Amino acid sequence: MILNKWLANTGKYCLFIGRTFSIPDRWGVFARRCVTEVSKLGVDSIPLVIIISIFIGAVCAIQMQLNTSSPLMPSYTVGLATRDIVLLEFSNSILCLILAGKVGSNIASEIGTMRVTEQIDALEIMGVNSCNFLVLPKITAFVFFMPILVIFCMGTALFGGLLVAVFTDLIPVSRYCYGLQAMFQEWYVWYGLIKSFFFAFIIASVASYFGYYVKGGALEVGKASTDSVVTSSILILLFDVILTKLLLQ
Amino acid sequence: MIEVVDISKSFDGKQILKDVSARFETGKTNLIIGQSGSGKTVLMKSVVGLLRPESGQILFDGRDTLKMNSRQIKELRKEIGMLFQGSALFDSETVLGNVLFPLMMFSDMSREEMTDRAMFCIERVNLKGAENKYPSEISGGMQKRVAIARAIALNPKYLFCDEPNSGLDPKTSIVIDELLSDITHEYNITTVINTHDMNSVLGIGDNIVFLNKGRREWVGDKNKIFTTSNEALNEFVFATRLFQEVKDYIVATAEPVK
Repeated sequence: MILNKWLANTGKYCLFIGRTFSIPDRWGVFARRCVTEVSKLGVDSIPLVIIISIFIGAVCAIQMQLNTSSPLMPSYTVGLATRDIVLLEFSNSILCLILAGKVGSNIASEIGTMRVTEQIDALEIMGVNSCNFLVLPKITAFVFFMPILVIFCMGTALFGGLLVAVFTDLIPVSRYCYGLQAMFQEWYVWYGLIKSFFFAFIIASVASYFGYYVKGGALEVGKASTDSVVTSSILILLFDVILTKLLLQ
Repeated sequence: MIEVVDISKSFDGKQILKDVSARFETGKTNLIIGQSGSGKTVLMKSVVGLLRPESGQILFDGRDTLKMNSRQIKELRKEIGMLFQGSALFDSETVLGNVLFPLMMFSDMSREEMTDRAMFCIERVNLKGAENKYPSEISGGMQKRVAIARAIALNPKYLFCDEPNSGLDPKTSIVIDELLSDITHEYNITTVINTHDMNSVLGIGDNIVFLNKGRREWVGDKNKIFTTSNEALNEFVFATRLFQEVKDYIVATAEPVK
């Protein structure tokens, strides 16, 4: 029963994605919608990304100091470990889990409300491919803006760690900065950016799918929003494992 | 003209439409009436293609929509305008933006020509001055008029209206009815209106199709409705004392409704 439902949903999702990825009726309209979505989904998320990143970066640095305070460990380990945690996991996977809540619920509730108020039916009656018109700009905008958010996250999280070094006496600033540069592997940055492309696609497409197929009223829109966050979070974690295995080993 | 031939539709084994046939004529306001649950909305959604009937034919001027491919359906839909029960205006767009939308998507006009056309439609529904307001800033009646303006922006050949008077006061309902009737006759559109508002039935019912329990029970116009012997239709239309008295008066004086 559960397997049948899962297979049915997967098939429905694939058909939905198939309808979404078609040539837009009007490229000008598509471009304008992409710009709007970049602003709504991407730029509006920057404050949240900055706040979370600074605090998590700071917490990472403090915890690293507490857990590596041994004469056997070099003092720059705090900077090095904070950097690797941020680059490998926090700036992409954890950030995307957080954005699945903010952006995912926003997309699902917006499209869900359009469904229950017959705005999507109105588009279909006019001959507009509603999947393509509503969803493709969101996916395109979010997928291409996500690396920028990830880079913001990397920078501000490491800056959060630096603040700990500056305002406390847990670790000298010079050792923290040395640790950030020690044994740096450029591939870790690329690894984070590659993962973020996949996660952005999951967040935007899954949330759109749940919103698009809402049936009922306000209650169902809320449920679709919650379901989209839960499903995208699970998929992000699953793909995190798969991509880590593929990209780091 | 739109012809519906023997269409049937069921949901979860329950048959909602049973071999329904009807003819919706060009230049007339064609009304689908019936009690709640009689299948009016399912019939309209089947005709416009939001639902697919299990059998039958739906002919738009001889073109069978059930045999069309997706490209042909897309082309046909450019000839269709629809007014939804809840207006279905785009919340993020102004009144002007809503009316411009179909023009931007499907016309080859310049930006200036599109704006002129949209303003003409807005003025036609008597909403001049409201073009920069958002749907949330205008009344339900005004929203319906914006939806009508949007529906006629591309000069449609077919106009569908799902319960256009729902949630409106009687005076505003008459304004909407008159607007729909005027537009139908002015532009020679095939208008199909789904309603259970008796004022609309008696006011603008050029051609009326009565559905009862998923079957077409009666076809006629607003004059014939007073002399029908169909029991279910009489029960439905003249359910209130006021309409019963109107009927008695009309029959007694043998004057058709104007």
